[in-house]
Amino acid sequence: MKLRTLLLGAVAATAFAPAAFAERGSDGDVKVLYWQAVSIMNPYLSSGTKDIEASSMVIEPLGRFNETGAMVPWLVDEIPTVTNGGVSADLTSITWKIKDGLTWSDGSAFTAEDVKFTADYCMDPDGGCQQLAKFDGVSSIEVLDPLTVKVTFERAMPNPYGPFMGAESPILQKAQFENCTGANAPTCSTENFYPVGTGPFVVEDFRPNDVITFKANDKFRDPAKPAFATMTLKGGGDVTSAARAVLETAEFDYAWNLQLAPDVLNSIAEGGKGQTVSAFGTLVERLEMNLTNPSAELPAETRATVAEPHPFLSDIRVRKALSMAIDRELLVEVGYGRAGRPTCNLVPAPAMFASDNTECFTQDLEGAKALLEEAGYVDSDGDGVREKDGVKLAILYQTSTNAVRQDFQLLIKDWWRQIGVETELRNIEGAVFFGGDPGSPDTFQKFYADVEMYANNFAGTDPQPYLAMYRCGNEPKPSSQWLGANINRYCDPEYDKLIDELGQTGELEKRAELAKKMNEMLTKESYTIVPLVDRGRVSAHSNSLGGVILNTWDSELWNVADWHRVK
Amino acid sequence: MTDAPPPIQALQDKVPSAPPRSQWLDVWSQFRKHSGAMVGAGFLVFITLFVLVGPYIWTLDAQALNMRARDIRPIYTALWDSGAKVDWAHPLGSDNLGRDGLSQLIAGGRSSLAVGWAAMVLTLVIGTTVGVLSGFVRKLDGPLMRLTDLFLSLPILPLLLVAVTFFRQPLRAAFGPEGGMFVLIVTVVALTSWMPTARIVRGDILALKEREFVLAARSIGTRPLHIILRHLLPNVLSPIMVSATLGLATAIITESALSFLGVGFPSDFPTWGKMLADAVPRMEDFPERVLLPGVAISLTVLAVNYLGDGLRDALDPRTRGR
Repeated sequence: MKLRTLLLGAVAATAFAPAAFAERGSDGDVKVLYWQAVSIMNPYLSSGTKDIEASSMVIEPLGRFNETGAMVPWLVDEIPTVTNGGVSADLTSITWKIKDGLTWSDGSAFTAEDVKFTADYCMDPDGGCQQLAKFDGVSSIEVLDPLTVKVTFERAMPNPYGPFMGAESPILQKAQFENCTGANAPTCSTENFYPVGTGPFVVEDFRPNDVITFKANDKFRDPAKPAFATMTLKGGGDVTSAARAVLETAEFDYAWNLQLAPDVLNSIAEGGKGQTVSAFGTLVERLEMNLTNPSAELPAETRATVAEPHPFLSDIRVRKALSMAIDRELLVEVGYGRAGRPTCNLVPAPAMFASDNTECFTQDLEGAKALLEEAGYVDSDGDGVREKDGVKLAILYQTSTNAVRQDFQLLIKDWWRQIGVETELRNIEGAVFFGGDPGSPDTFQKFYADVEMYANNFAGTDPQPYLAMYRCGNEPKPSSQWLGANINRYCDPEYDKLIDELGQTGELEKRAELAKKMNEMLTKESYTIVPLVDRGRVSAHSNSLGGVILNTWDSELWNVADWHRVK
Repeated sequence: MTDAPPPIQALQDKVPSAPPRSQWLDVWSQFRKHSGAMVGAGFLVFITLFVLVGPYIWTLDAQALNMRARDIRPIYTALWDSGAKVDWAHPLGSDNLGRDGLSQLIAGGRSSLAVGWAAMVLTLVIGTTVGVLSGFVRKLDGPLMRLTDLFLSLPILPLLLVAVTFFRQPLRAAFGPEGGMFVLIVTVVALTSWMPTARIVRGDILALKEREFVLAARSIGTRPLHIILRHLLPNVLSPIMVSATLGLATAIITESALSFLGVGFPSDFPTWGKMLADAVPRMEDFPERVLLPGVAISLTVLAVNYLGDGLRDALDPRTRGR
């Protein structure tokens, strides 16, 4: 084991050295495996991750998100902000200044006209653009000069980084796509399969749903990159064989998104021909505490609604004790391995929005017991279950049917038993649990249980809509057909004020501060939501491939220009 | 006064060569000749004792988690793989959360066998009653057989989902989470699997009730209930036995399908079917977790099948003595 660590260290140390001296195309061919095959190279016509990621090597956005979720300038010199004047003070416009001297892979100049064309292409009412959400609220795009473009919004946008940011919103060449707008867009197969781009590679041969071959873009802005002369991107197969092809046989250099059980992935990784890399986004597996009473004895109109507070979970000390009893490290080890890490946060990322709250990492059974004692819950009748005023700490704990979730249920039940809380487990078929049918008593919105467990995340890097879900009155209730995102029935006027403030704040630092505060109000200050595991993504690359930085905020292939052969 | 002439030798009654035997002794001696049935009965006794007495001998709690002792292989793996992680404290290994394999097998067998037997008995009672009534009482034949058709067309899984939705809460309140689910599963399995039994029994009764011995019984004034109990039921015992053996297997398998869908017992309540379903993803690395409950289910069903076969032969006077 030690020898292996040393060797890996040596590999890592040499990994960075050759990159600086490499010249374009010196490292031959790189083979990438996507177990979902790529069918188009235009992300505006497909919402499939595989299509978006494959196209990200050819066409690029103005700015990208890096592995921490922070914005990095890509085809511009800097990210426009309120501070540098790129975003207007009233948050209604953003002005991008394009890098000087950029060219397309066909040699023509990259101008602001191309940027404006891209927006018009996607916002064409006949087009059916898959990334229209990125252009939400845009009222006009103006070309101020050949290298400056201004996006104006209908209203104040605290987060104006929708258009032209990230792999979902790259720039198309106007000259190429001019005749492919509106209803014609899907019919232009040559354009959609062989886009002209600014990225490190250009498509040489495209076979839909099978293999794509790329060659290095000889007009790429960095003369030393990419290190590979060609790339072969093979699609199809299944996850397990993709993992084997990289980790066991090294037939391929890179395999994407390996959703496998940790022990299965580990046994494949013992092949030793490659290594797994993981990166984390915003998906958090959590326990939701029901603040209202789900008892079946209550009438249907008030059961699990704010009219009936929960008999014991409305006491913060009980909720906190339940959280303290959990050993999150062990949950990760059992359920997710490399694809998970413990978290105490509802918003675990991007780094600037994530609170540094780690106090829940240490399991404290004694502390939990003491807290329950303090709250007046004692085991007076000697049956191992604490009670107060005739109310027993008996919890119905539900989740969807899934092997990992059932293992979690067993472990958590065991810990709760040790602090004197009785737990009844229930698992519901995922289609029903997440189905949202107002007629079914088993949906997660109806929450006819005391505690439930599932995972949720937010799209993009801005947590505002996600945190705004916990507004008073946004809870599922009979009058709203049990729709609503405030699953816990949380209500705090202070919190609502912060939601409003966040909606009017444009400065990133201030927004981050507010988001952290709101996250803490929901987690460590109230234990309404008890986060367990931050679930990430695992990919694998061969030992001879260097420069891989896994990124969940943008395309996994975002830095493919830096990939190189480790010698 | 003259003595009565001696009876003709040939017409003289033979003195019984052996003392008279009861019917059940005959049944038993016939049963013992069926070696499959004897092995089956032996195994069934063994497995029943295993799940009933087992927990008192092997006292480890089936639901206790022990993260320090997880993924232990069964002792026998050491025979061919000396590096395997084995421990005499867990002779049949432990699962990925450190629950003991042997005590899980015992606890799982308890629930599986209980569900299997209870559902089977209920199936037989409903199926035989409906079959006998519709075969014997002409007026009831039409309605009961249409009812059978109706039940045959019911899809079991959607029905169960509806039943769980409606009855889970009240049953849980009355019998507790596990007891309530037991009642629900047994009832639903029985309600959806009695139809083949009813049809077979009806067919046999229809044929039997026209036979001479039934006519004879009727002519000496035997009441219908007695005709059914004394003359008809013993004669349809063989098809009932066959349905019974099939019913036990169906009940165990249905229960495991339900657990898999998440509408069965709570997920921490072990049953053989659930152990099997849970172990499938790690089948390659830990084949014993699939094999042990799988073999237990198969052997139990096989044993019941052989037992039924032997009983049928033994109970049928026409095959007895052959």
